[in-house]
Amino acid sequence: MNYTLLAEQFFNGFQLGIILFLVAAGLTLIFGIMDLVNLAHGTLYMFGAFFASTLVAVTDSLVLGMILALPVMLAAGLLLEFSILRTLYERNHLDQVLATFGLILFFNELFLIVWGPEGTGINLPPYLTGTITLPGGITVPEYRMVIIASGLLVALLLYVLVSKTRVGMLIRAGASNREMVGALGINIKLLFTLVFGLGAVLAGFAGMIITPITQADSGMGESILILAFVVIVIGGIGSIKGAFIAAILTGLIDTMGRSFIDVALLQIMDTVAAETAGPAISSMMIYILMAIILAIKPSGLFPPKGA
Amino acid sequence: MLKKLILAAPLAAMLAVPSVEAAEKIKVGIVLTLTTPASIMGKQMKAAYEVAYDHLGGKMGGKELELIFEDDGLKPNIGKQKTEKLVKKDKVDFLTGYIWSHVLGASAPVALKAGKIFVSANAGHSLYAGKKCHKNFFNAAWENSQNSMAMGTMLNQRGVKNLYILSLNYAAGKQMVTGVERTFKGNVVGKDLVPTSHKDWSAEIAKVKAAKPDGVFVFYPGSWGLAFFTQYKQAGLDKTTPLYSVFSVDGANLPVYQKRKMKHMIGTFNTMFWAPDLDNAVNKRFVADFAKKYKGQIPSHYAAQAYDSLMLIAAGVKAAGGDAKNTDAVRKGMEEADFGSVRGKIKFGKNHFPIQNFYARQVINKNGQWQLSVRQTVVEDHAPVMSNECKL
Repeated sequence: MNYTLLAEQFFNGFQLGIILFLVAAGLTLIFGIMDLVNLAHGTLYMFGAFFASTLVAVTDSLVLGMILALPVMLAAGLLLEFSILRTLYERNHLDQVLATFGLILFFNELFLIVWGPEGTGINLPPYLTGTITLPGGITVPEYRMVIIASGLLVALLLYVLVSKTRVGMLIRAGASNREMVGALGINIKLLFTLVFGLGAVLAGFAGMIITPITQADSGMGESILILAFVVIVIGGIGSIKGAFIAAILTGLIDTMGRSFIDVALLQIMDTVAAETAGPAISSMMIYILMAIILAIKPSGLFPPKGA
Repeated sequence: MLKKLILAAPLAAMLAVPSVEAAEKIKVGIVLTLTTPASIMGKQMKAAYEVAYDHLGGKMGGKELELIFEDDGLKPNIGKQKTEKLVKKDKVDFLTGYIWSHVLGASAPVALKAGKIFVSANAGHSLYAGKKCHKNFFNAAWENSQNSMAMGTMLNQRGVKNLYILSLNYAAGKQMVTGVERTFKGNVVGKDLVPTSHKDWSAEIAKVKAAKPDGVFVFYPGSWGLAFFTQYKQAGLDKTTPLYSVFSVDGANLPVYQKRKMKHMIGTFNTMFWAPDLDNAVNKRFVADFAKKYKGQIPSHYAAQAYDSLMLIAAGVKAAGGDAKNTDAVRKGMEEADFGSVRGKIKFGKNHFPIQNFYARQVINKNGQWQLSVRQTVVEDHAPVMSNECKL
């Protein structure tokens, strides 16, 4: 076993987990508290990528562009909630799926028209393009370390917000029992709007910090959306803590699967069979994990209390 | 009697006018992907068909030529519908275009059943080069594994001993891998086929670093290439390990790489049957006129194939004396392929796929414009390996 490679893959898996957490945190709150199935959550991730790309190009600064993109994301999220999604709360899940799927198609096509088929991207400034060498000869690109650090910081802020503040208390209460919160005289509409805005900022932040790596193209939100749903199902719908643990778990398992399954299969079967089965099994890993967890704990690892 | 005649005359005139027009005009239906992120190629091909139209003077075999463009939206069912529309409603004489193998797979049978001549301008469906070859099916591009076979040979020529292979996990992606493995003589030290939903290669790049190959072969077209090549540099691999690619660095996406300042792409090698600086008069004229038509861009091989497709049809119509309905004569003319090709010369095998040279091409920065330049001929007169399975 090559321990340097193992350690590097651990960092890679952790970094994927961080991105998944940022997307899943908003998704799980919106689903858990507002009972809204928002397929267009991946679209918000795409918003972040494109808005930040443009702002970074305009300001010619990675940090400034991304910081400016955050309030833009909040405004976009609030506008979307106020204009369209608000009318969907009373509808059933099927209507919500249909309407938010329509939003995906609409925004993908709109972004294609505005930014062109080649999409857009962010170039890293020279001080972030190098690699960091850790003890033991482990090398990690600097920017991936920045993603991990900034993601952990956001996770910490979110933890403080949710468990130490009054708004956070309402959010947790909302996740446990929506009707009761409303009956106690809390302005549930305002709470919904706040939660949606928060979710939009988190998804947008994930989209913008991943763009220097993957670049931005129309339709980028769909593949992350599927993974984010896997994460919230594993973690328990409505639970931030569950989303964090499930995201890291999913990121690690997916990366480790891609790294070592083909090698492992070579021990038990011939080359041709291993080469065919390897990619197939490694892309199934997280779904197998989800199936196992659903069989043991149908409401996820950390279901909100009372749900 | 007279009354009947008076009534009949305008009726006859009405019927006669369109049928005369239909007989005069030669119609070519062209199905491309003109929307979705894949439209980068489709739009270049459309421009190339228009350049070919201009070079033909808007005529084929002395008759007026009409091009009808349709968009398949990258979906086989839509490609099939558009093909049906072109055959039944527009009554086209020829069908061409078709960028994707799966769109072609759904559409070609419609055209062939209707007795039309079908010219693929890109999709290199292996089946049509072998078992499913058809007398009215032509391909003016290549068969899927040909180019990566040339790549394998080029890697041998350049002395690469240990190769890491990266591709996409779908039909064409696997055919690229099969092709390079068929000709490459060194060791394959690692191989990863990633799902098409994949945009982050962190795990694979770490494996490449650990395997320490002296070359990496990739098939990452379009937006996959954009993301992969960015990460290749971020991991520092661009300084240690040369990149060799097929269908990932071309005239359609080089302007995008240049816009994103991906300087490490300069100097990388790929293989192809054609390059914009291939030295022949037809190619020079095509490249110059294409730039005038399309944003000053240098054409990609997609555009070159589109140009040759229309010229191939024109050669057939000319041989048939302008009678596009005489399919046998047209086909015979197309098989002889006596026309000015951007390839210099072109000839077809009995499966109607080109037998052609493949070249090593390198990305260079010339007059501030990134482009591909021919370095050497890798293989001469290469035919698809499954040609013998064709029973024509």
